Amino acid sequence: MSGSSSQGSLHALADRWLPKLVLSPTLAASLIFVYGFIAWTGWLSFTESRLMPRYEWAGVVQYQALFENERWWTAAANLGIFGGLFILFCLLVGLLMAVLLDQKIRAEGALRTIYLYPMALSFVVTGTAWKWMLNPDMGLQKVVVDLGFTDFTFDWLVNPDMAIYTVVIAGVWQSSGFVMALFLAGLRGIDDSIIKAAQVDGASLPTIYRRILIPSLRPVFFSVLLILSHIAIKSFDLVMALTGGGPGNSSDVPAIFMYQFAFTRGQLGVGAASAMMMLFTIVAVLVPLMYMETRSAKRV
Amino acid sequence: MAALSINNVCKTYANGTDVLKGINIAIEDGEFLILVGPSGCGKSTLLNMIAGLDDISSGDIAIGNKRVNELSPKDRDIAMVFQSYALYPSMTVRENISFGLEIRKTPKADIDATVKRVAEMLQITHLLERKPGQMSGGQRQRVAMGRALARNPAIFLFDEPLSNLDAKLRVEMRTEIKLMHQRLKSTIVYVTHDQIEAMTLGDKIAVMKDGIVQQFGSPQDIYDNPANLFVAGFIGSPSMNFIPATVVQSGSDIGVKICDDNGCVVLPLPHDKAKLAAFVGKEVIFGIRPEQITDARTAYREGLPVMACHIDVIEPTGPDTLVFVSLNNTKVCCRTHPTEAKYPGESMDLVFDVSKAVLFDPQTEARIV
Amino acid sequence: MFKNLTVGRALVYTALLLMAIYYLLPLYVMLTTSFKSLDDIREGNMLALPQLWQGGAWSKAWAEACTGVECNGMQGFFWNSIKMTLPAVAISTLLGAVNGYVVSMWRFRGSDALFTMLLVGCFIPFQVVLLPMAQLLGLLGLANTTAGLVLVHVVYGTAFTTLFFRNFYITVPDELVKAARIDGAGFWTIFFRILLPISGPIFVVCIIWQFTQIWNDFLFGVVFASGESQPITVALNNLVNTSTGVKEYNVDMAAAIIAALPTLFVYMVAGRYFVRGLTAGAVKG
Repeated sequence: MSGSSSQGSLHALADRWLPKLVLSPTLAASLIFVYGFIAWTGWLSFTESRLMPRYEWAGVVQYQALFENERWWTAAANLGIFGGLFILFCLLVGLLMAVLLDQKIRAEGALRTIYLYPMALSFVVTGTAWKWMLNPDMGLQKVVVDLGFTDFTFDWLVNPDMAIYTVVIAGVWQSSGFVMALFLAGLRGIDDSIIKAAQVDGASLPTIYRRILIPSLRPVFFSVLLILSHIAIKSFDLVMALTGGGPGNSSDVPAIFMYQFAFTRGQLGVGAASAMMMLFTIVAVLVPLMYMETRSAKRV
Repeated sequence: MAALSINNVCKTYANGTDVLKGINIAIEDGEFLILVGPSGCGKSTLLNMIAGLDDISSGDIAIGNKRVNELSPKDRDIAMVFQSYALYPSMTVRENISFGLEIRKTPKADIDATVKRVAEMLQITHLLERKPGQMSGGQRQRVAMGRALARNPAIFLFDEPLSNLDAKLRVEMRTEIKLMHQRLKSTIVYVTHDQIEAMTLGDKIAVMKDGIVQQFGSPQDIYDNPANLFVAGFIGSPSMNFIPATVVQSGSDIGVKICDDNGCVVLPLPHDKAKLAAFVGKEVIFGIRPEQITDARTAYREGLPVMACHIDVIEPTGPDTLVFVSLNNTKVCCRTHPTEAKYPGESMDLVFDVSKAVLFDPQTEARIV
Repeated sequence: MFKNLTVGRALVYTALLLMAIYYLLPLYVMLTTSFKSLDDIREGNMLALPQLWQGGAWSKAWAEACTGVECNGMQGFFWNSIKMTLPAVAISTLLGAVNGYVVSMWRFRGSDALFTMLLVGCFIPFQVVLLPMAQLLGLLGLANTTAGLVLVHVVYGTAFTTLFFRNFYITVPDELVKAARIDGAGFWTIFFRILLPISGPIFVVCIIWQFTQIWNDFLFGVVFASGESQPITVALNNLVNTSTGVKEYNVDMAAAIIAALPTLFVYMVAGRYFVRGLTAGAVKG
């Protein structure tokens, strides 16, 4: 039995508006806290703000200051080195472990747990642990020296030229398990019958991996690349805990640069400019990747 | 139970696609309406619009003489059975059936009585405390129907309910639905892409294609008098033969010229000579159903034209044998008695019941006569 | 694939074992170091087991260690993190559930575009919002408070949680909602009585993921909360990196483990849901 038609249209109206109403707070928040804030920071990067924000347009003066700053270039270069190596080794190690684990290993569950637990840790904890392990006098160096190699030194942590590489070691330790998990899921998702067909065709196991399985991991590969790039560009916690950006500024990264200039040194304009540069970098890396990912998905 | 009338209903999507282009259908209280057509013809969209799940771009839908365009589904007094049954996974069968009644604040005693009645009718009383995940497809289908029955609505809507069942179960459930309709005299709108379901279940059929009702009528009417090429080919299995042929004048008769490897014959047509005369000398599409081309013994009328045809391939189906021949370079299916059928490579006399044949205009695809 | 022990298989196991050692090593080192005395640390090497197992570093880390100006150990900050994480996880998860429900079941014109807009928020480097957020929190009187941190985490976590729930609800057939609407259920009834009962798995995934992300966060903690209300990650960093006097490595390690315990515990108990969360959120369609 139906209600009166005005009540009916009321229900229909509610059905129409309620979803939008429910979604709107989050959307408003996104509008303000993401897009609005980005605009604010962007504006700030074009002003002469120092300790306090100022809102008069000042052109690209802060970007100029940024690009003339030695430390910024060190940070940018470090990001390139760290990012590139971090992504490369995570992919290699992760893929290798995934392939190995795919071999119907007895203790697979336990091994997976071991490989993945670093992801549950804060980067600060990771940084702290590795800082200790790579301690020049008492960490890894001492272990090897105690074993008899008295000339062995491993002072990367305090060596300005090598400090950034310690971040790579710690970062790969933390994140490669995650890459492994994704690749393994991808491998497992491949239709069994393709592998059987290849075996019937006489292909050996390494060949099957090389020519069939790994190429079919392309979509996973893109996702992983996206996420690793994102982690690399944002790296702050790990570097702070492991090296503090030092010694000196030798292992500085843009995230730390931004934090210090904006919050410790009272240089809001430069800080904002560096933040915008980080945003541009992410967009410049992620957008082509996403484009390539959707393109390859269509083709496959 | 109520009548349903769909008046000049159109539906356009936001991106500009016209899904429904002016639908006009009216059925009486207690009739079983079938919406049938190929995928993409708009039948499910139309059903959703009757249900209130989709907006109407223009036109009116009236249930029981009341315009329902603005009403939400719950206020239209309808019930729907879905292709995937759509049973609530976390609820038992009893809860599934009574959910709608609960929402309408029906007293508990009434709910229990209804559930009992419906369960008995569909023979699912022993399943009442189970959850959907613990039942077979056929059982779930019954529960879905039970849920609809419990609401005792003005109109039942079925959206391809049998498509997910295996062939045998499908036939069983079809009969049950028909029995249910006879018993309850309910108004039903039933969407399917299966023309056999359409023919066996419906009182009225609306054949749809590309958002338009190609033909609306009773099953037999649509079968015997298809309005155009599409309807003729869609309804009937095996489907109607379409033979391109020229209309010729042969003495006082007008007929179509049919040729195979061995020679040609003119099949005289008993249809309206005035209409035929306009097409003399032109190409038409000669439509004739397989059961209208058969062996001499099965043909139940005298004086029908006979032609000797060379057999390409035969398909015994049990009750008949389908004989395939080539006429006018077209593969033609003929239904013959199994004992009369000859073998591939041989020649066989086939009788053509031209009184049932239809002609189509090759350009407009409409029926000429 | 080979089932018997061949050279190939032995190699595979060896490689896997070596990697396991690489991953377990830091944990082992942290644990053993935390139980050693400072002398033991100086004389021995990091791989050795403690000569004498002592828990002094632990109590110091918990209650007495210096994190900047104060010397009250990690305990206060542990509770700060709890006070920040639990509400943030709860609110962002609930919001994500309702948002995911709307975006997957009640699509309207432009809802997909709006969802994408929301999703972009997952990918920005948070550096671009730090400055304005700091200003806003100051304006609202929430600077350096736990409540301020909760706000920040909710705002930036909801995009992820919405993605999780949306990906989950999208696998629920549309027809279920249609049937419910015909039965007369409205927006909230469908959510509470039909979808929520089957949402157990995704709630677990979402909660674990959010808990880990928020507990482990450092950036927001260090920028928006200092002193009294800072989370344990910030306290840990202060502890380890402010070198006044002798570096007490054993205390550092104990503090690090204390900071890591909750998320490690969650991982041990519900690890496979964690993995599912990673792959669900990460591998975008």
